[in-house]
Amino acid sequence: MTTTLDQPSYNFDVVRQFTVMTVIWGIVGTLVGVLIAAQLIWPALNFDTPWLTYSRLRPLHTNAVIFAFGTSALFATSYYVVQRTCKTALFGGKLASFTFWGWQAIIVLAAITLPLGYTTSKEYAELEWPIDILIAVVWVSYAIVFFGTLVKRKTSHIYVANWFFGGFIITVAVLHIGNSMAIPVSMMKSYSLYSGAIDAMMQWWYGHNAVGFLLTAGFLGMMYYFVPKQAERPVYSYRLSIVHFWALVSLYIWAGPHHLHYTALPDWAQSLGMVMSIVLFLPSWGGMINGIMTLSGAWHKLRHDPILRFLIVSLSFYGMSTFEGPMMAIKSVNALSHYTDWTVGHVHSGALGWVAMVSIGAMYHLIPILFNQGRMYSIKLINVHFWMHTAGIVLYIVAMWISGVMQGLMWRAVNTDGTLTYSFVESLTASYPFYFIRFLGGVLVVAGFILMAYNMFKTIGAKDGSLKPVEVA
Amino acid sequence: MSSFWSIWITVLSLGTLVGCYLLLRWCLKNFAGVEEGESMGHTFDGIEELNNPLPKWWSTFFLITIVWGFGYLLMYPGLGNFKGLFGWTSSNQSIMNLEDSKAQAANAKENNLIVQYDMEVKAADAKFGPIFDAFAARSIEELATDEEALKVGQRLFIQNCSQCHGSDARGTTGFPNLADKDWLYGGSSDAIKHSIMEGRKAQGMIAWETMLGGDQGVKDVAAYVISLSGREVNADAAKSGQEKFAMCAGCHGVDGKGSVAMGLPLGAPNLTDNIWLYSPSQKGIEQSIRYGRAGVMPAWKDILGEQKVHVISAYVYSLSQD
Repeated sequence: MTTTLDQPSYNFDVVRQFTVMTVIWGIVGTLVGVLIAAQLIWPALNFDTPWLTYSRLRPLHTNAVIFAFGTSALFATSYYVVQRTCKTALFGGKLASFTFWGWQAIIVLAAITLPLGYTTSKEYAELEWPIDILIAVVWVSYAIVFFGTLVKRKTSHIYVANWFFGGFIITVAVLHIGNSMAIPVSMMKSYSLYSGAIDAMMQWWYGHNAVGFLLTAGFLGMMYYFVPKQAERPVYSYRLSIVHFWALVSLYIWAGPHHLHYTALPDWAQSLGMVMSIVLFLPSWGGMINGIMTLSGAWHKLRHDPILRFLIVSLSFYGMSTFEGPMMAIKSVNALSHYTDWTVGHVHSGALGWVAMVSIGAMYHLIPILFNQGRMYSIKLINVHFWMHTAGIVLYIVAMWISGVMQGLMWRAVNTDGTLTYSFVESLTASYPFYFIRFLGGVLVVAGFILMAYNMFKTIGAKDGSLKPVEVA
Repeated sequence: MSSFWSIWITVLSLGTLVGCYLLLRWCLKNFAGVEEGESMGHTFDGIEELNNPLPKWWSTFFLITIVWGFGYLLMYPGLGNFKGLFGWTSSNQSIMNLEDSKAQAANAKENNLIVQYDMEVKAADAKFGPIFDAFAARSIEELATDEEALKVGQRLFIQNCSQCHGSDARGTTGFPNLADKDWLYGGSSDAIKHSIMEGRKAQGMIAWETMLGGDQGVKDVAAYVISLSGREVNADAAKSGQEKFAMCAGCHGVDGKGSVAMGLPLGAPNLTDNIWLYSPSQKGIEQSIRYGRAGVMPAWKDILGEQKVHVISAYVYSLSQD
């Protein structure tokens, strides 16, 4: 927490911009999530307005949390980390600034077009072709800035965090361009270049690796800088980081077909997707071990430092969901879990537990440094945020686990004559109590984000250097 | 798939697993040039990295999953065209049409091929088949008075039919109420079973506007149709509508009592009973005449099989019996 701006030549303007927007988009994305969670209990909350219907707001929620909140956090931290660990300013001059304004424009366009009903209907890739082209342009600019900075680094080696950032930037470019290939028929309508099972496979090759590279590799890059930095401890094992990095990137790219078990996808593709998903389990855990073991000899710091608590608990959720994922990729488990709320619970244990918590921890670490303060305005509020967020996640994922497994069991239950015991609507009725618990969990998460924004603006608004770091005995 | 792609897939997937194994072996050795547990000697913004060995339990588990991966791909389909030693498939993989599908399923069942879907169906048939055999041996009229049969029929109805006809079978706009005595294709046990087995497609309710002489013609005929069930209308309009109704009489009958009354399987509703498949409003009826209607009931014989349709028919039949 004593790091200050000792290298004024670094470009931190763009880092500041992305950092502030990360918090803002965090509120927006989770707020939309809470609204649609409420709509599942009280459908009248769409007010009979087309652009407030669940079908249009759900993609807005996913796009807002993944691409507005999560990706802004990745931009902020990768630009910060690559400069500090390479001891050089960002490459490309105004290009970095272009990536900020370009990316924000994409988010605003998404927030307008999705509620209006413009969609390609591909999950996490709903945006229509003109916006897709803009994404590709901004993303390639991002790659130029990032790799340009790596090339002109003043250090002999490339730090492990940058391997993960680099891997995620390249792969997301390939995934986005590959999956979004389409033939436009008008300004706001296009048809996918692929058809049938191939289209489904392309979509989940993209969809799963948006999770694998953006939400896993990218955030592991974040983890590899902010955990050792906040804990002030060396990274546990260099060799572990090598084996888990290369195994993770080479196995993850195969895992997409587990989204298409027992569908028209050929058996061979389903089997390969399942095998690679299971072999992926230990490489995924490599990152968790390296992060948590970095704390060895410094466990006592968890008692005083809520920022470190965010970072370490995020790794626990990461470990949990990367165990759960391979398990759900097993065909016979998938036969129970697929299409149920269990999937929703799994995703949120990863998104709220891993992605959001590691980002929140990183942002609390970054904000005072970026705005010339020794600490955040209120450490106490960080702690309150930590407990609200954690309680919110636990309510959310436990509710979804129970309702998911319940739905799976209800859908497969048969009477003695072989007819199904329950109709679909009965499983829906049985899910309502859990939808309500999930809604409460979501409210806690949003409230925590609002607290964070308050804390952030108080820190930014404070007189330069007036917030002194806390001395820990 | 061609042998090129088969080899491509095999080489890439085995290569990935072999690569993971070699990577693990390499990192198990201390190649770093510093003692284990010591710092690697480079710092990045103050962050050092230690040269700790891989946790033993971790590398052992990783190795086990890699070995298991090879084993799975040996036993199950995965490596291109190689079918796997178990000969397992989830379903018949090369179906081109319905005939082909039936033939392959029959073949799988007869020869006990490990086609998971067909084997599960076979097991279900063996377990539940006798129950439905017993029902099939009795008439629909008889089943309609058997409480057990009606329970089974109702469950099948809720699973397969309620999406359109409602869980109480009372229908909704465009989907007929099955619990009243008004039928589009007849309410006898045979007619009901035929409707479910083969499906139904409304014939002939095409867009009539041009043939009726434009908008006024549509309005006049609508007025006449409304008058048939005793509602008050503009008498002049109804009168001129009546003249044009001759065009409708072919299906709906001269008296408008519908095709069932004439003993024809046309699905033309009775227009005199104040029961409306679509909207009962003046506007809605005009719309039916202006643009036509084309209701479709899918055929269920290939989805459910005759035995289950037989039991569902008994349930539907029972709904209109007093």
